[in-house]
Amino acid sequence: MTLELDGVTKVVGGRTHIHPTDLRLEAGTMNVLLGPTLAGKTSLMRLMAGLDVPTEGRVLWRGEDVTGMRVQDRKVAMVYQQFINYPSMTVYENIASPLRLMGQSRDEIDAAVRKTADLMKLTPMLDRRPLELSGGQQQRCALGRALVKDAGLVLLDEPLANLDYKLREELRAEIPRIFEEAGSIFVYATTEPEEALLLGGNTATLWEGRVTQFGPTPAVYRKPADATTARVFSDPPMNFLDLTKSGRTLTFADGRTEEATDRLETLADGTYMAGFRPNHLSLEPLAGNSLTFRCTLEVTEITGSETFVHLDHEGTRWVGLAHGVRHLELGREMDVHLDPAHIYIFGEDGDLVAPAAYAAAA
Amino acid sequence: MTNVDARADSGTSTGTRTRTAARSGFRINSKAVVMTLYLAFLLIPIYWLVNMSLKTNNEILSTFSLWPRNLTFQNYMTIFTDPSWYWGYINSIIYVTMNTVISIVVALPAAYAFSRYTFLGDKHLFFWLLTNRMAPPAVFALPFFQLYSSVGLFDTHIAVALAHTLFNVPLAVWILEGFMRGVPKEIDETAYIDGYSFGRFFVKIFMPLVASGIGVTAFFCFMFSWVELLLSRTLTSVDAKPIAATMTRTVSASGLDWGVLAAAGVLTIIPGALVIYFVRNYIAKGFALGRV
Repeated sequence: MTLELDGVTKVVGGRTHIHPTDLRLEAGTMNVLLGPTLAGKTSLMRLMAGLDVPTEGRVLWRGEDVTGMRVQDRKVAMVYQQFINYPSMTVYENIASPLRLMGQSRDEIDAAVRKTADLMKLTPMLDRRPLELSGGQQQRCALGRALVKDAGLVLLDEPLANLDYKLREELRAEIPRIFEEAGSIFVYATTEPEEALLLGGNTATLWEGRVTQFGPTPAVYRKPADATTARVFSDPPMNFLDLTKSGRTLTFADGRTEEATDRLETLADGTYMAGFRPNHLSLEPLAGNSLTFRCTLEVTEITGSETFVHLDHEGTRWVGLAHGVRHLELGREMDVHLDPAHIYIFGEDGDLVAPAAYAAAA
Repeated sequence: MTNVDARADSGTSTGTRTRTAARSGFRINSKAVVMTLYLAFLLIPIYWLVNMSLKTNNEILSTFSLWPRNLTFQNYMTIFTDPSWYWGYINSIIYVTMNTVISIVVALPAAYAFSRYTFLGDKHLFFWLLTNRMAPPAVFALPFFQLYSSVGLFDTHIAVALAHTLFNVPLAVWILEGFMRGVPKEIDETAYIDGYSFGRFFVKIFMPLVASGIGVTAFFCFMFSWVELLLSRTLTSVDAKPIAATMTRTVSASGLDWGVLAAAGVLTIIPGALVIYFVRNYIAKGFALGRV
């Protein structure tokens, strides 16, 4: 059971929504589509589901060409960001409806609906109508309807985005467990890197209608193939710094020079983009040879146990994540420190040249 | 509705109230006075019609009486026993029902298309649909009369029903589209993914969702067709003559039969009132959703 996209392209009204994409999803895997809004996550899902027909390319299901096949004839299920149920039917009928259309017997349907309702903790609500339920329960109902039909391909389009924080945490923890049992191909679209990491499986990062990288989630996170992927798969986004290397000297954007050490030593001469994640930017001096930058503090955001510091470094915005609650004076100059082992080096074209040392070691 | 209730309430219980309550009761009464006046002005013509329908012609013409001195149901009996009268009602009901059914059956898919698809000129078409409503029905009386006479549709129920659809279908499309737009497109897609065919989805899932819209549309189609006089009178002579036309032709050699005419008027109001009663909640919803 595999789903393959073979050079799939989608052009709507002269605008390219999906650039040629090849993707191969294996049975029993969780696949996360990660990207900001308008990156093409939903467009790609609609192509996978068969709701839209690709402008070019083919969709293969178990090696069979299903491009242009009616969505009714495909074995897919989909859950939307909005809570989509049939408002005029009870929860029981909602979950039962795909099975009824398959022509299953009354007993089979009843057994399957009760099992799914149990899994989704909906048993007490079976006789109610979806609009009488809370948001989380409505979405559970939609998830139940998607799961009950035992579809080979289950598409979840930001299913938790409209839920409040608490419910989101709760459902997010349950989803991988539920899906492990089902054995279908799961595709899960999200805008949050954190969610992708929690769900595990594989991740495809999307940017402006292109899949920039596809692979096991931790690998994509640790070794982003290019600067775009790194930017998408980091929240808050990765910080960047231009640098030039010639001989043993590194020249930064501010004109400061530093001696290349360790692994930076082996880089070929040229211009690079250094990238590092916010949590690696330290407000305290680090042990060993670290790089130090002078920045202006612009904004601080306190999230409870952590503080985000927004810094201005020579006109570039950086974000740092510091532990604990910090009360810092805005507008003041301060030094921030960075361990060279945490630096990703991207070429001028954005491709990864050298991953951060900690990632390469892992 | 609540105002009327409050008035009735204060009216029955004033006597048993304590002094403090009586003072606040006075305030309620001032509101009740306004409401009573409003209702009185609204109901005077209807009351007078009912009043007349229960009098003899003699009483109507000779004296001014606020209520019937010689209560008679003879006028109503005339209508219920004389085929030329009661067939007027039956004819009206037949073509109004036909018209409402045709309008909704035709408008449902059209409104769905307008709400779900973009096609060449959809916005213009949607707007120009309403142009038929901008012309008075009288404009179309002549072409319809000539056309129906030449194809043999003259004086049939379907002729009137079809003529009225010219006005009702655009309105029905316009109203239904507003309701359908409020149903997220994702429901359609979810249904297709679940395996519903279009027809099954439309009937089993979509129509219940726009039920209030269908109710409101049916009401407007009914109302237009029920009160429209000019086309229905022009396009019929004997077999499909509507009640409104019958009423305008009651002038006989002996003069106007006032009492019977008033009774016919009362009976004409009743179906409209019944329909409004049944769809009143839908109409309130329709107003809330706009487009009515």
